[in-house]
Order: sequence, then C-alpha cells, then structure tokens
Amino acid sequence: MARSAPTARAARRPWRWEWGSAPWWLRLALPMIAILVTFALASVLIAASGANPLDVFYELLIRPLTRRTSRLEVLVRATPLLLTGVAVAIAFRAGYYNIGAEGQLYAGALAAAFLGPRLGEWAPPAAVAVMLVGGLVAGAAWALLPAVLKVYAKVDEVVTTLLLNSVMLLLVGGLLNGPWRDPVSGWPRSPTIAAAAEFPQVIARSRVHLGFVVALVLVALFWWVLSRTHFGLELRAVGMGATAARFMGVSVRATVLFAALLSGGVAGLAGVGEVAGIHHYLIEGISPDYGYTGIIVATFGGLHALGVAVAAGFLALVDVGSTSASRALGIPAYLGQVVQATLLLVTLAVLLLNRYRPARRSRREERV
Amino acid sequence: MTTTPEPVVSLRSVTKRFGALTALADIDLDVRPGEILALLGENGAGKTTLTKIVYGMYQPDDGELRVGGVPVRLRSPADAIASGIGLVSQHFALVPSLTVAENVVLGREGGALLDRSKIEGAVLATAERYGLDVAPRALVRAMSVGAQQRVEILKALHRDCKLLILDEPTAVLTPQDGERLFATLDGLRERGLAVIIITHKLREVMRVSQRVVVLRHGRVVGERATAGASQAELARMMIGREQLPVESASRRGTPLQRTPLQRTPLQRTPLVEARRLTLRDKRGVTLLDDVSFDLYPGEIVGVAAVAGNGQSELVSVLTGMAQPSAGEVLLSGERVSGLPPAQLARLGVGRVPEDRLEAVVGNLSVRENLTLEHIGAFTRAGHLDGRAMAAEADRLIAEYQVKAKPGDLVRTLSGGNIQKIVLARTLSRKPRFVVVAQPTRGLDVGATAYVHERLLEQRDRNAAVLMVSEDLDEVLRLSDRVLVMYGGRIVGDFAADEVDVGRVGLLMAGEGVAVHG
Repeated sequence: MARSAPTARAARRPWRWEWGSAPWWLRLALPMIAILVTFALASVLIAASGANPLDVFYELLIRPLTRRTSRLEVLVRATPLLLTGVAVAIAFRAGYYNIGAEGQLYAGALAAAFLGPRLGEWAPPAAVAVMLVGGLVAGAAWALLPAVLKVYAKVDEVVTTLLLNSVMLLLVGGLLNGPWRDPVSGWPRSPTIAAAAEFPQVIARSRVHLGFVVALVLVALFWWVLSRTHFGLELRAVGMGATAARFMGVSVRATVLFAALLSGGVAGLAGVGEVAGIHHYLIEGISPDYGYTGIIVATFGGLHALGVAVAAGFLALVDVGSTSASRALGIPAYLGQVVQATLLLVTLAVLLLNRYRPARRSRREERV
Repeated sequence: MTTTPEPVVSLRSVTKRFGALTALADIDLDVRPGEILALLGENGAGKTTLTKIVYGMYQPDDGELRVGGVPVRLRSPADAIASGIGLVSQHFALVPSLTVAENVVLGREGGALLDRSKIEGAVLATAERYGLDVAPRALVRAMSVGAQQRVEILKALHRDCKLLILDEPTAVLTPQDGERLFATLDGLRERGLAVIIITHKLREVMRVSQRVVVLRHGRVVGERATAGASQAELARMMIGREQLPVESASRRGTPLQRTPLQRTPLQRTPLVEARRLTLRDKRGVTLLDDVSFDLYPGEIVGVAAVAGNGQSELVSVLTGMAQPSAGEVLLSGERVSGLPPAQLARLGVGRVPEDRLEAVVGNLSVRENLTLEHIGAFTRAGHLDGRAMAAEADRLIAEYQVKAKPGDLVRTLSGGNIQKIVLARTLSRKPRFVVVAQPTRGLDVGATAYVHERLLEQRDRNAAVLMVSEDLDEVLRLSDRVLVMYGGRIVGDFAADEVDVGRVGLLMAGEGVAVHG
C-alpha cells in the first residue's frame, strides 16, 4: 500500500523525467558534467592530503602532454584500456554484465606466456598471429563457464565473472610461484617469450607496440559490427529488449553466449599485449586492474566506440599523470585511482540522466 | 439493515479522464456500514480506476468524494488510510521475513523501540475483535496466500478502517481459500464494516454481496440488490447487451464491410489444429487445460474470456513464446508447437502479441523493428543491406500509414503507431495463420477501425485468424466463430450467427461450467 504513495505524489508534479533519449546537447554535456563533478569531489580529497588541487590537476591532465615520452606513454597505457573497454562494452550492449575482464585479461596473458617461449622457430608475423589467436581463445575460454551458466541456468553473471577473477589471479600466482618460477633468479615470473613472438614497436623510441594498433582496429570493428551487421543488430536488440528480440526470432541464448565469449576474447587480447608488447614475460601484477578500469572506460564511453576511445585516452592520461604528480608534489600515487573510481561512481549517477529526458507530464498516465 | 445508515463513503458525479480516454464518467456511488457492495465489470470497465480514486492514488477530474458525509480531497493513500479507507490489492505489500504483527504495525507505530509483546497483543486484539484467524507471531514467509491475504485485511483493520476495498481478492486464491475469505467478509459485515469487493465473477457477487453495482465503459449501468438479481441479468449488464437477436443488429450497424462466410470446398480442411493443448507453470498450476480447436482458412475466430483464463497462455503457445506441457499445434498437418519464433514466422505464422512492447524493441529504430523479424532478407554475408532496409521501411510506413520516420526510436511512438508497425511487419509477409491478441487495446477510434479493416483483409485473402480480445464487442463484430474460455478451457464454441450473448457472458463468468480443481 505504501508503495503507491510515490505515484500519487508524482502525479501532482507538472513535469517528470521521462524514459527516453536525452537531447543531444545533454548527452554531450553529461560526460563533461561527470568530469567536473569528479574533480570537485577529488579536490576535497586532494586538499585533505595537503596539496593544491589545481597543481594536482595540472600534473594529472596537462603535464603528461607536454613531453614526448609521457605523451607516448599515455598511448601505451591506453592500449589495454581500449581493449578491456571494448570487451566490456560488447558484453554490456548485449545486456550481459561481464565484470570478469580482469580474469579474462590474465587468461590471455597466460596463453601468451605459454605460447611465447615456444615460438622461437616461427617467422615473426606468424608467431605474433599465434599469440593473438591464443589470447583471444584463452580469454573466451575463461568467459565460457559464466556465459553458459547464465544462458542455460540463469546464474547471475555479475557474481560468477567477478569471482572467477580471483580464481584466475590465484591460478597465475600458483603457476608463477610453482612450475613457471624463474629457475635462475627465483623470481615469480614466466620464461621470457621468443623474440619472434614479441609485438613490434609501432613508434620508434617508445613502448607503443602493435597492441595499440590492434586496439584501434577493434574499436573500429566494434563500431562496424554493432551498426552495420546482422549480428550487431541482434546483439543490440537482445540487450535492449530480450523478450521482444526473442519474439522477432532472434536466438537470445546464442547471441548472449557469443557476445560473452567475444568480450572475454577481446579482454584476453589486452593480456597478450601486456606480455608480448611490454614485459615479454608474465608477472603477477601485469595488470593494475585494467579489467576493472575497462568497466569505467565502457560506462564513461556510453558503450559507444568513439566514447570508449575517448574514455580510454582520458583514463590513461590520468594514470600517467598520477605517477608524475606523486613524484612532483609528494602526494600518494593512488590518487589517480581515486580519481578513476570517483569518475565511475559519478558517471553512473550522471548517466542515469542520459536515459531520461525532462518532459511535461503527459495527460495519459497509467492505463487502467 | 433495518434503517438505512449514513454512507461511509460516497462518490458524487466523479469523472476521471486519461487524455482522450474517459475512464470514469459521472459516477455516483454510496457504500454503507454493514454491507458488502460488489463492483462488477469487465476488464477496462473502470473498476480499478474507481478504486484508485477512493484510495487517493488518483484525483478525480470532476465530482467529489465524501467520507462520512464530508467532502474530502484524498491526496495520497496515506490520506485515505487516515480517513478510514483500507485497500487489499492483488499484490500484497508484506515483508516475508517479518512476523504478522510486525507487518501489521509496519509504518504505523511510532517510537524507536518496538515492544514485541505489546504489538503482538494489540494485533491479536484487533484480530479477535473482527474474528480473523491469524497468529501474530507467525512468519509471513511461511504462510499460504490465503493467510497472507488475511494479514493484509488485518493490516487495514488495525488502522481502524471503516471501508475495506478488496480488488479481485479471489484471483490469487484456491476455491477453498476463496470460501474462507467470504466467511471472513461476512464476519466483518456483521461487525458493521463497509466492504467493496471488485470482481468479474458472478458467482462471487451472488455469494457474498448485498448490493451490486455494474460498471461498463466507465459508467454505472445498473445497480441491484443482490437478492433480487439474476445472474443472467447481471451478465447482460456487464457485457452491455440486451437479449438476442442483438448480434445481427450490431453487425448491421457496423461500418465494416464484410462478406458472409461461405466455405468453399478448399476451405473445408482445417489449416490449424490445436490438439489437447495443456500448459502448466512451474508450480504445477494448470493454465491451459486440454484445449482443442480447428481453424479454417478464411475465418476469424475470436476468443472471448475474462483476463486470466488462459487466453494469454494460448497466444504464448501459438506464437512460440511458450512450450505446451502436452498436446500439439498442427499447421497444414505439420506440427509447429514448440518451434522457435523465427521458424514460425518462416512457416507463415503471423504474430501480434498481447503486449506490443513484447513485439518491438523500444530502443531500436522503426526501420530496425520493421526488418528484424525477417532480417535474413536484408543481410548479405552478415552485412546489413542498409538500402534494402530503408526501402522496406519506407514502403511499410507508407502502406500502413505509420506516423513516424524510419530513424525514430519506436519507444517514442504512440500505441497506435507501434501497433501499426507490428501489423505492418507481420501482415506484409502474407501469413497463412495470424494470431493476434488485444489488437486494439489502448488505441483510439481511428486506429481501431484501421486495425479491424486489416484483420478482415486477412480473412478475405483466406488466412486463418485467431483473435484474442478483452473487448467483447470487438470479438463479436469481427469473428466468424467465437470460442469462450474459462479456467484455461474452452467452454463454448459458437458460430457467428448463433451467438447467444447472454450465454457467452455467463460462460465467461464461469457459470454453466462444471467446476474443477
């Protein structure tokens, strides 16, 4: 009974937020609003740690762009974020809430660390291709179980994908501290991959590697598949209205399953990139939560290809900036993470508005 | 009832409009202490709107509401509760993990501390005063639906209500629990409470009420002392028809052009055969019970039933959205039940579901919604043929007079235009068998006429049409044959020219049907 009270109250308001698409200006303005609110909130924390917020924002957002090295470093950081961002966006678009990009990234990294040392005799292009395919398959394989459980037994994927992240981290830790431990140094790191399997640099005198190109191609593919292909239309239909999609003959199960595997595969590529492009071996902390940050990237990017690209760039910038900011201003290095986390929360709150539009209360209320 | 006591609640010329639709027109109603008033009407007659006005959820556009003779303005359910009005809806507002007493006092008793024994005593006192059999310490979670309903009633009584409204209280009950509820209501009446029971079941009206008010299309069309009323009379009032031969007259009066049904030899083989369809839900409740019928090409068969009697489930099975537990559907002799929707569409089954939003994805464009069902035709090697999609969309928008641009999100369209999109997508493929549910629900007069014409067109090009509708007028106007469903079974089968409207009404209300279960 009490539940009905809000209805009665709402009925008296002359306008309300109506479910609908926000006008274009609002949609463009919302990410800006999110950033401003985030920085306003972050300012409080920064001030509390004894630094001047404006100095910190300069270090976070501007300083990295002033030097070539750090500019390129932003691209290096953006590489895994683009991939995990696309991975998460694919799944979310299908209404499948894959929180397991972190684990799937490590699955890809594991595959790369396994395959890499064994490709010494291969021609470099073939070896690199094997690395990519291996990571894709491994990421998808790690995504398989929760997807199957979701599709056939309605087990909540948020829980299963999240929990499997821990399983994967323990698995990687076990391997690195056990069979893969470096026999010489005793460090928990896998054997170095063959030179042929290394991702080539795409910009001289930098760490920007092939993975960056792969990531950009995938962002473009994401856009093309979603808007121009049969599968993309079905995927969007399933994500926005599974019942109606089923009514129109779309196989909801197959679509969700495929989207989930694709998502896992793309996240796996992010792991391959880190191993083959940066470290050339696997260590435990190879991903500073790129998988989780991918959720921020996808959400902040509005699950759109271009948005994902911009969001990945922005978060990479904050990432690079927070390292130098901590050095320059003596503030904690995890301030960058605080900014990112705040951004996620603010984005979620602000993006709610994206789904509504202010509308005059229509005369047609509830049909009886 | 020796002298007529003052009404507890009165409505005077209450009118409520939703846009162009007048849900209630000029309603006068009194309800007195010590009586059970039955509010009888079909779906959409305005019963629920009336309840919501009395319970403060809607404000009347015109007219006034009086409580104890004093005009009041109830701005919210809280106001209504404060005025002594209680509502037991079909959806209980109970917290399963709390006890009966806790649920009853929830949101009422002030104070930070909850004195368990005190509230249990108070709740028990209320229960005893009204003769309600409820244990205050029992956990709601562990109670049967019937017992939970008694808790809801107790909740209202504990708030000192003088008028108790029950919205289709037996819809969720077994027959045994229903009888128990009526006994409880008899007890409340004897203790001087005023009760309004909303129902469309004649049996219940006769069993429990002293007075019955019949609503139709938002108007009071009759009021009777229950003792002096006959079920047949009430049924006629409810569905708004006098005794026969009304049917042929209504036909003549319609602007619809229709040719009389003459079966050519070709049309004597059934196109669709439903064989002993049975559907049970997870709990084992039978929703469809041994339903069999034949459909011939070139006929519209209407299903008349009050909501919740299996017609929606029948549509789900026929449209491939549910698997029958037993039985089968044959199309031209081939089994089609259990096939996925995509295959049904390919085999020539056109489907217009009850809930339009089940057929379209609101966040996709008109163009995408018009083509998704047959997307294979617009795909080349997985790549969408945007030009072909656009051409198809333009063609259908023009042909079916959809007021929208191909790029508009379907969500932003009116109900009528969404329905046109569903029809356009479905009928443009010239299906052999059309299943259509609630084709004109919520549509205005123009859109309704348009939909009717299109359906008759299907019949005239020799498709078999099965139409389920809550609007009995619609069923009677369009159908060549009328099936009546009650309790998940087909309880009547009439050819159009021999429809006995009074009998249809009785069958819909569950009369003249052997009780089962």
